[in-house]
Amino acid sequence: MTTLPRDANVVVIGGGIVGNSMAYHLARLGWKDIVLLDKGPFPSPGGSTGHASNFIFLVDHSKEMTEFTLDSVRQYQELGVFTESGGIEVARTKERLEELKRRVASAKSWGVEPVELVAPAEVKELVPFLDEKIVLGAFHTPGVGVVDSLRAGTLMRERAQEMGAITVSANTETTGLDVVDGRVAGVRTDKGDIGCETVVICCGVWSPRIARMAGASIPLTPAVHQMIDVGPVPLFAETVGEIAYPIVRDMDTNMYERQNGSDFEIGSYAHRPILMEPDQIPSIEESVLSPTELPFTQDDFDLQMEQALELFPDIVGDERVGIRHSINGLLSLTPDGMPCLGETPEVKGMWSAAAIWIKEAPGIAKTIAEWMTDGCPEIDPHASDIARFYDHHRTKTHIEARSAEGYNKTYGIVHPAEQWSSNRDVRLSPFYARERELGAVFYETAGWERPHWYESNAGLLDEYGDRVMQREAEWESRWWSPIISAEHLAMRDRVAMVDLSAFAIFDVSGPGALGYLQRLAVRQMEVPVGRVVYTPLLNPAGGVKADLTIMRLGSNRFRVVTGGFSGMFDKKWFVDHLPDDGSAQLYDATSAWCTVGVWGPRARDLVASVAEDDVSNEAFPFATCRGIDLGPVRALASRISYVGELGWEIYAPMEEGARLWDLLWEAGRAVGVVPAGIGVYATTARLEKSYRAHGNELELEYGLVEAGMAGPAVKDQDFVGKDAYLNQRQQEATALLCSLTVDDHTSSSGVKRYMLGREPILTPDGGPIVDAKGRRSYVTSAGAGPSVGKHILMAYLPPEHALVGTNLTVEYFGEPYPVTVAVVGNTPLLDPANERLKG
Amino acid sequence: MNVLVCVKRVPATGGRITLTPDEQEIDTRFLGFTVSPHEECAVEEAVRLIEAHGGTSVVLTLGPSVAEEQLRDALAMGIGEAILLQTDGREWDPIATANAIVDVVRSREAAGMAFDLLLFGNEAADTGDYQIGIRVAHVLGLPCVAGIKALEVRGGAAVAQREADGGREIFEVSLPAVFAVKEGINLPRYPSVPGRLKAKKKEIHRIVPEKRGGGLEKVRLKLPEEQQGEVEILGSGPEAAPRVVEVLQRLGIVPS
Repeated sequence: MTTLPRDANVVVIGGGIVGNSMAYHLARLGWKDIVLLDKGPFPSPGGSTGHASNFIFLVDHSKEMTEFTLDSVRQYQELGVFTESGGIEVARTKERLEELKRRVASAKSWGVEPVELVAPAEVKELVPFLDEKIVLGAFHTPGVGVVDSLRAGTLMRERAQEMGAITVSANTETTGLDVVDGRVAGVRTDKGDIGCETVVICCGVWSPRIARMAGASIPLTPAVHQMIDVGPVPLFAETVGEIAYPIVRDMDTNMYERQNGSDFEIGSYAHRPILMEPDQIPSIEESVLSPTELPFTQDDFDLQMEQALELFPDIVGDERVGIRHSINGLLSLTPDGMPCLGETPEVKGMWSAAAIWIKEAPGIAKTIAEWMTDGCPEIDPHASDIARFYDHHRTKTHIEARSAEGYNKTYGIVHPAEQWSSNRDVRLSPFYARERELGAVFYETAGWERPHWYESNAGLLDEYGDRVMQREAEWESRWWSPIISAEHLAMRDRVAMVDLSAFAIFDVSGPGALGYLQRLAVRQMEVPVGRVVYTPLLNPAGGVKADLTIMRLGSNRFRVVTGGFSGMFDKKWFVDHLPDDGSAQLYDATSAWCTVGVWGPRARDLVASVAEDDVSNEAFPFATCRGIDLGPVRALASRISYVGELGWEIYAPMEEGARLWDLLWEAGRAVGVVPAGIGVYATTARLEKSYRAHGNELELEYGLVEAGMAGPAVKDQDFVGKDAYLNQRQQEATALLCSLTVDDHTSSSGVKRYMLGREPILTPDGGPIVDAKGRRSYVTSAGAGPSVGKHILMAYLPPEHALVGTNLTVEYFGEPYPVTVAVVGNTPLLDPANERLKG
Repeated sequence: MNVLVCVKRVPATGGRITLTPDEQEIDTRFLGFTVSPHEECAVEEAVRLIEAHGGTSVVLTLGPSVAEEQLRDALAMGIGEAILLQTDGREWDPIATANAIVDVVRSREAAGMAFDLLLFGNEAADTGDYQIGIRVAHVLGLPCVAGIKALEVRGGAAVAQREADGGREIFEVSLPAVFAVKEGINLPRYPSVPGRLKAKKKEIHRIVPEKRGGGLEKVRLKLPEEQQGEVEILGSGPEAAPRVVEVLQRLGIVPS
């Protein structure tokens, strides 16, 4: 019987594939006195690992998930538990066949090779028991395989034990978590208590319940995934080992099928979403099979049986082949489909490693272990960061609505701009009513409803005629309107109002405020009151952690403004670095301020007509901010722009926003104001100005030199990531961020096509472009540049390709399109001297 | 040949059993439903008899509407027809249940579709009454063999075997007859996917039975004291062998 130590450096709760991988990677990175607990017995304590189908497809449209998966496969291979079988994703429809071309593109962007599209006859050769008449083609990834996840967990646990770093305790149920002053202090179990300052929750479907013990939330929901096993399959009698044929994903029916020894396994993501609460899951004792293998509900699977029968008549239609096993297996779903990783914002020292599937678990565990050790994970986990969630994201309503909606998209054809339909209208700016009247088409970011374009601007299409690029293909005209380009042109000609209320706003104050922000910001923060500083923040390894603006409002008072999407993980970064002596405080003022951007050559005329103050260039120069009175509204105006135009971000108290909008709107009539949506703000105008976006161009895996954002000098003061940054400046950059323009949009069928982002950038003959660090070149952002008359792409290119005028290609739906490097670095395509901005 | 096989929907237990707060039922929140292993074998036996001799097979259950699930399971294994004696879900005692089954048997007979064999499981997995088959046989005046482990039909007679102390008892009975089947008589097949899909499309004959007789009333259920199992790990690998021998000797399993 294991005796639990009284104290530990870290307690890993949960002994599935995630917990075992965590324990191993922590030990590998030098952690000692690790305790690994599970309420069940090893090697299969009863969680989702025990019933997982254990196959790994390599390609995902998300770069982050693909990187986690590729790293996991390397680890499984090294452990000797990976069996390569190949995998094919079959198309039953033309639409899916197109989607498979997009998967080839993602494979090339993320460096998954080889992959190929195959015709029905080749599918038949690969999977002789499949009825090729049902399929139009398939996406073949030879590197797909299956893994023995229980064995992998055991091996990792044993390795950690061999390092003398770990105490393993099975049948040990966590009954409580102690928190002192916001930090984990211990784990209570039915076998005794352990004092510790760090806990990793690797509890799969039970994770929310464990986190709640400490007052934190992990926004996931257990959900049913149905699987059946049929056998014995006569055809498999001759094969050796677990799997001799490629795994098939029947994408259009949301199902997969694979050989498993003498049996054939059929799984489905097609049935109605069946969600559960963690507290409803039976205990080990109450379970017939295991807590995460619930009784099969036959009715939900009837359609799937018919569909499996269609595709595999020789196996599934064989009366001798019986349904030997069928379960409603539990897995974890999150409201946005991404895992929940990292330290919880609520409790210091409490880390979440949850909502992780077999295919990505070891890679994620390695990432989290690096993150815990020195804060510098090799793979940027920002889209999985548990700190990304706002409070409203953590409600049961949101988790259930979005998880249910996302479930049937598991194999879905999901457009990059596709909007959620459930649980909308949660965060509404005070301009919302007016925007609706103007026919705003709302897209959601972080719960905010933001106009993406305005139908009321449809008349501008006539005004701008041919200058507005139309899109002929359905795919890229989906979730898009030509009105975006028309609004853009009207803004560049006249003036536009843009709702920016989704900004996250943090007020920093106190005698230590300057020193504190100086420690985080790359740019100089010791600036006169009234200056606006645009600055990146780095992690210790010199990767870009955030990209935002900071206004100096007083000697000891600053306002940080960052994007709605990154608001919460940026907030955690700031909060984590607050000085221990309390000399600086951070207040989240997001809900106190609404923001409207007023930009364009007539912006000054508009604002001057309602301002009590002098807003001339001399009185109110670029990159400054100050309070101004606009009618009855006392606002804060900041003269910066993400669209490259003269104008201001105007901040007003939320409750005065409606009045502010009306005031500006009325005054704007005289100068031809248009409302402009986020389609202009975040894409077209930004791309013309070569402005970078966090999550697209800016991430931990690239530094400022590569991003073309290294200033002429580095400030004397110390800041997080400075050493790494100085080092980067000494080195030759291995990649440089470039803007490219598309030379010819015409496809082989004569239809003009427009890339949307994430496509691979290839050499003129279609070869991959890889930098010295092994990173592929791909499109980080894409969109129209109506004022420059070009479709613009951004991409990191190795130095040998990062030369203005270099001809390359971009692959889009299986075809190459010629592109030319237009800009290396951050020189804008439009108005390179920034005269419009500073005028 | 016409075969009737009767089954009962029961919770699929396996984990620790808990009761509903009113102590009238097993808490089935985490449980699926099934039939007893004996009944599963009876269904398999019925399917095999029809495969060998031709004829019709009918599966019958008395229970709530959701008991359709168990009927479809039997249909998926190859049974031809299904009858649901639909109740409001309250428990019927063995006398009332047997009477309702007798009504069905008699009405089939009147319609010219008399059963030659009536198969039951030896006992239900939940109540374990061992009564239905025998009561049905008694009311209908038919021969009955319970606990059978083999069954063979030859002409108008059937030969059934059951295990007895140190040997086997062999009975030959004329048909029609009633048999209560014991697990082990055969290895029931798993339903195939085509079987499932066919079963799904079949009609279930729903009959509201008349409740006659009975009087047995359930007061409440009570769980036995939980037996606390002690697990002691003696060691691992070859080093543990001497300790294992020691324990086996102490238990008298091997001589010391």
